[in-house]
Amino acid sequence: MSNKQTQLAGAEVQDRRLALYRTMTLVRQVEQALSRLFADSEVPGFIHLSVGQEAVAAGIASAMEAQDSLATTHRGHGHVLARGIDVDGFFKEIMGRAGGLCQGRGGSMHVADLSLGILGANGIVGAGIPIALGSAMAHAVRKTQGVAVAFFGDGAMAEGVLHETLNMAALWKLPLLLVCENNGWSEFSPTSRQFAATLEGLASAFGIAYARVDGNDALAVSDAARAAVPGLRTGNGPFVLECITHRVRGHFEGDPQKYRDAEEIQSLAAHDPLARARVALIEGGATAEQVDTLDAEAAGRVEAAIAAARADTLPSFEAALADVYTHGARA
Amino acid sequence: MSGTEMRYVQAVAQALRDSMEQDQSIVLLGEDIAAAGGSFKATRGLLDAYGPERVRDTPISEASIVSAAVGAALTGLKPVVEIMFMDFITLAMDALVNQAAKARFMFGGQGSVPMVLRAPHGGGLNAGPQHSQCLEAWLAHVPGLKVVCPADPQDAYALLRASIEDPDPVVFVEHKGLYARKGLVDPTVRAEIGKARVTRAGRDVTLVTYGATVFTCLQAADALATEGIEAEVIDLRSIQPWDRATVLESLSRTHRAVVVHEAVQAFGVGAEIVATLADEGFDELDAPVLRVAAPFMPVPFASSLEQGYAVSVDAVVAAVRKTLS
Repeated sequence: MSNKQTQLAGAEVQDRRLALYRTMTLVRQVEQALSRLFADSEVPGFIHLSVGQEAVAAGIASAMEAQDSLATTHRGHGHVLARGIDVDGFFKEIMGRAGGLCQGRGGSMHVADLSLGILGANGIVGAGIPIALGSAMAHAVRKTQGVAVAFFGDGAMAEGVLHETLNMAALWKLPLLLVCENNGWSEFSPTSRQFAATLEGLASAFGIAYARVDGNDALAVSDAARAAVPGLRTGNGPFVLECITHRVRGHFEGDPQKYRDAEEIQSLAAHDPLARARVALIEGGATAEQVDTLDAEAAGRVEAAIAAARADTLPSFEAALADVYTHGARA
Repeated sequence: MSGTEMRYVQAVAQALRDSMEQDQSIVLLGEDIAAAGGSFKATRGLLDAYGPERVRDTPISEASIVSAAVGAALTGLKPVVEIMFMDFITLAMDALVNQAAKARFMFGGQGSVPMVLRAPHGGGLNAGPQHSQCLEAWLAHVPGLKVVCPADPQDAYALLRASIEDPDPVVFVEHKGLYARKGLVDPTVRAEIGKARVTRAGRDVTLVTYGATVFTCLQAADALATEGIEAEVIDLRSIQPWDRATVLESLSRTHRAVVVHEAVQAFGVGAEIVATLADEGFDELDAPVLRVAAPFMPVPFASSLEQGYAVSVDAVVAAVRKTLS
């Protein structure tokens, strides 16, 4: 490669790093804001934050195109934000307002935007996996060239539907990208005590292509996803991408994590995907001020969304009751 | 009525074929439905007509088949899933109850889940405790699902067409014991989910039923007619929603009612109907509303035991006499 080509490639990588960082800092700001809002009782119910896992969301989304779809998990804020979900509608939903993406009927565990191919977060561990399988089947039958992405955590490796889905996706060579965010924890238990196999072994058993990537390196996740997706679009069959990452917060917000070693939690700062991305950006020529500006822009976006949610009305009970079926209430 | 004579199971196949001919987005999923034509042959010939992309043999993975139908329905297809025996829906309950039923509501009405789950219920075949159950009441209890249960070939055809055209998830309950039953089918006849039919008119008592016990009730009505008792027989055809108006209108003429179904009586469909009659129809009642349904036990295997389990004509006749006594 000539010097000029090297410079161009370097500039392209830096642009990608900037785009990934922009997504990650938005997710981080959203999650931190939700943590505060939850502590202040402005967010009801259960929320599961993805702090520390932002690189997976940003990296996978960077490889997706408009016609693609995804199904995600209870810890799915990052995935839907990275996909481009409306931030105002997102906060309104989680804060139980009329203008929420789901009109306040779903909340954090059911955020969806079908117009973006987001088939929902999900309150049932593993349930999004076979939904994404069906979406991939629809892409194949309808010849959309689309890919369906199934996000799941390592806790879902023990769910039967993952095993069933791997089998069917392999049999039918479906365009299904299975993205495991392996943060080492199955709710309150280490996954090492929950799962006797490995995801690599499982993929291998079904003859499915597999890669493992540092899930706290957004560019690495993006590269891995971009390497996998073309084959998915041309009918090569499913792909399993295991992203090794860390869960910084508890299983749910408010979880004191007494089952976890304090040293382990303290050690997580060294793996922080945003801190690492910041270092890489500055090494690539960005200034600290430029990166700070990206953080500030995201924080401003989040504050505006929270203000809009606070100002929004509460949802209509009658409208909810009338919307159980497409054509109104049951006879 | 005009039409072509066919068996119930052929009416199901014809409805699938005619629907698929008109709408390219309809796909069929199920175990042994393609090459083998279905365990009960309800999908016979459809693989040849529409190919393996649209008529798909699945592995024995009920949970993921039904979940996949949800995902496919949210991505532009109209899947029709066959679950070989209704008993096996236990394996797919998350897909039905937590996913299909709720997606429309919990996503704020952004979209709907246009899928049909076909499943045969019912006993009488010595199929034993895990291949004979009538579990429709479970599903009728879940907001977001529709539950349809046709008794004859014409309704099997017309209601399956309606179920496939419906934008919401429909559980289409067939009866194994009715598959061979013949009747005339006019494909131009349309049916609406949620509308009952008065199968036999009568002035003295209303028999409310659905599925195979429609025929039990018609036989009971014949027997009662010899005693001068005229029973009206209402085939609900749809459990969720169910046609309160037709039942209450009949009650306003007969003032007596017996609810009959093959499923277990306790906490069943009949309980909901009786409660509604006691509430909204209280002023019309001249006698307590009775139920004739299965005892609180699993469906037994041996013929002698299963005969004891099944709802008999005699039991329906006895219940009617009791309401008139």
